Amino acid sequence: MTDQRTSSTPAPPRPKSSILSSLGRLAAGNRRALFPLLALVLILLGNWLISPSFFSIRVVEGRMLGSIIDIFNRGAPTVLLAIGMTLVIATKGIDLSVGAVIAICGAVAAVLISTTDLSPYVVMLLSVGAGILCGLWNGILVAIFDIQPFIATLILMVVGRGIAQLITEGQIAVFNNPTLEFIGKGTLFGIPFAIILTAIVFVIVYLFIRRTALGLLIESVGANARASYYAGINARLITLMVYVISGICAAIAGLIITTDIKGADANNAGLWLELDAILAVVIGGTLLSGGRFYLALSVIGALIIQSIQTGIFVSGLPPTFNLIVQAVVILAILFLQSEEFRRPFVRAWNRMRKTA
Amino acid sequence: MRSHKLFLSALLVLVLAFTSVLFVAHAQDASGAGLTIGFAQVGSESAWRTAFSDAVKAEAEARGINLLFSDGQQKQENQIAALRSFIAQGVDGIILAPVVETGWDDVLQEAADNSIPVVVVDRNVTADESLFVTRVSSDFVHEGRLAAAWLVQATAGKCDIVELQGTVGSSAALDRQQGFNEVIALFTDMQIIASQSGDFTRTNGKEVMESFLNSIDPATICAVWAHNDDMLIGAIEAMKEAGIDPGQDILTISVDAIPDIFKAMMDGDANATVELSPNMGGPAFDAIVAAINGETLPRWIPVAGGIYFPDTAAEEYARRGGQ
Repeated sequence: MTDQRTSSTPAPPRPKSSILSSLGRLAAGNRRALFPLLALVLILLGNWLISPSFFSIRVVEGRMLGSIIDIFNRGAPTVLLAIGMTLVIATKGIDLSVGAVIAICGAVAAVLISTTDLSPYVVMLLSVGAGILCGLWNGILVAIFDIQPFIATLILMVVGRGIAQLITEGQIAVFNNPTLEFIGKGTLFGIPFAIILTAIVFVIVYLFIRRTALGLLIESVGANARASYYAGINARLITLMVYVISGICAAIAGLIITTDIKGADANNAGLWLELDAILAVVIGGTLLSGGRFYLALSVIGALIIQSIQTGIFVSGLPPTFNLIVQAVVILAILFLQSEEFRRPFVRAWNRMRKTA
Repeated sequence: MRSHKLFLSALLVLVLAFTSVLFVAHAQDASGAGLTIGFAQVGSESAWRTAFSDAVKAEAEARGINLLFSDGQQKQENQIAALRSFIAQGVDGIILAPVVETGWDDVLQEAADNSIPVVVVDRNVTADESLFVTRVSSDFVHEGRLAAAWLVQATAGKCDIVELQGTVGSSAALDRQQGFNEVIALFTDMQIIASQSGDFTRTNGKEVMESFLNSIDPATICAVWAHNDDMLIGAIEAMKEAGIDPGQDILTISVDAIPDIFKAMMDGDANATVELSPNMGGPAFDAIVAAINGETLPRWIPVAGGIYFPDTAAEEYARRGGQ
């Protein structure tokens, strides 16, 4: 998935299962993909060493339970944010507001379902609509008014939680509605629905971006907005669009987080999650300077972050170590990805092979 | 001319002496009726905070105290401005619920210069002790002890416990843990088999409980002890999804007594909660009256809440404004 635009020759016809085959290519040849995948495998192995039951899955009342399921289920919101964030970062932007957008969309859903007679499906749409509005707001500030993305989205990051608190009147807005709760608590074929929903969003965005020229246009805007403009690309529209997609992803994450606990917690829902999403994108190899982006690897990045978290929880370490362990493991992953850091080891390896 | 001046001075001294005699004779009556007291509150960031503000206002009304209420909106500069305004208005006393611990020395000195007694409630301040009368706050250690005492009694001193800690390093988490551990240490068959921080939130409480249920055989867990109700409410969701009956298969004990935990008790999902008492108004007003009357007070006045069970849950839920 990362190679099709580098050569000027037309891409060869691809088999139908392009996602599977590109995943295969990722694992096989692409060095960029190697390190995030390697990191994920190493962390999972580490977790398995700490807790031998790590990979075991049991089924209770038609629901799969196990640490590995937890990683996908608990990681779903971060994965969703990372998908939106990847596109935003590819345009040389950043979206700091996604954590606050989670709080807003969760609050909208919780308050509407508990105080009105609207159908839960309408409530879902309105909640996602709130996410679209938030994305439009960010996009207009960045694309039309040319405000630096960092500052433009910082505004909503700060004010968004206040808006969410106004909607919930400062309380945790609780509700009871099995249809709405299905998003965060339901299962399909034993798999938590949040995982399936996230996978669907990923596939839709992936096809939307990579099966059309859109991905190329996004990278072009991120690499050089002015040149793209002269080449006839509507850079403003593209920029606006990525912030809207990020808003939609945040809204779905907000629905998952809120329905998971059957309550909208305006103070804490999605708190600091924007930073996890940015980290996931960076671990996945997308540069903050824009241009080339790697959607699937951002997802791997988000799963890495969640694997560390879940690993710490099953390890039985005192919670005072949580943040330190997280930081050390992430630093190790970033070192693993740094060519400068690897160079002396690669040289030593090459010398050894020559002498052998 | 000179004698005239002398006469005036003498008169002044006499009046002063008389008023001070009057003052001493009419020492402030214990309820504080007729006093004007300023209350600088943090804000209204949580349901508990709102309950706390309401309790102080109700107490002031019952006592006939003229309460000046200021909502600091979680900002220290607003609170300092409120304190200065109270001092300028010449209030009889000030209750300060500080948003942070540091940076209060100057404004407390101004209050002391104007002989206005200040009582710190809830969170602490790190100012010179002479600058405020006393501190009124919940006794987190007591809450932990009470929780453990109930669990000891409910399980006849034999229980494997999983613990959901509050935010790492917060005084509520440290002290509740200390109080709980003090009591269970007296019983050899009571132990904590897993402990992790759920950051006082529902989402994290649920996530941590899920990980406990995956890494420990749920059948061996006798009880879950959560440093606040919100984490327990999250943990209840996790237990239900894992096919465990919370309140039955695994006992629950938590702290705060928020309305939603009474809802959980009514549904049979929770067993007991220790109240984080919001009723700090009474002791704070008593302290100000005592300071005006020149009595010496202990440096800390702890406020202890009770423990609540499912039998009064419906009543408490309604009383505490559950929807």
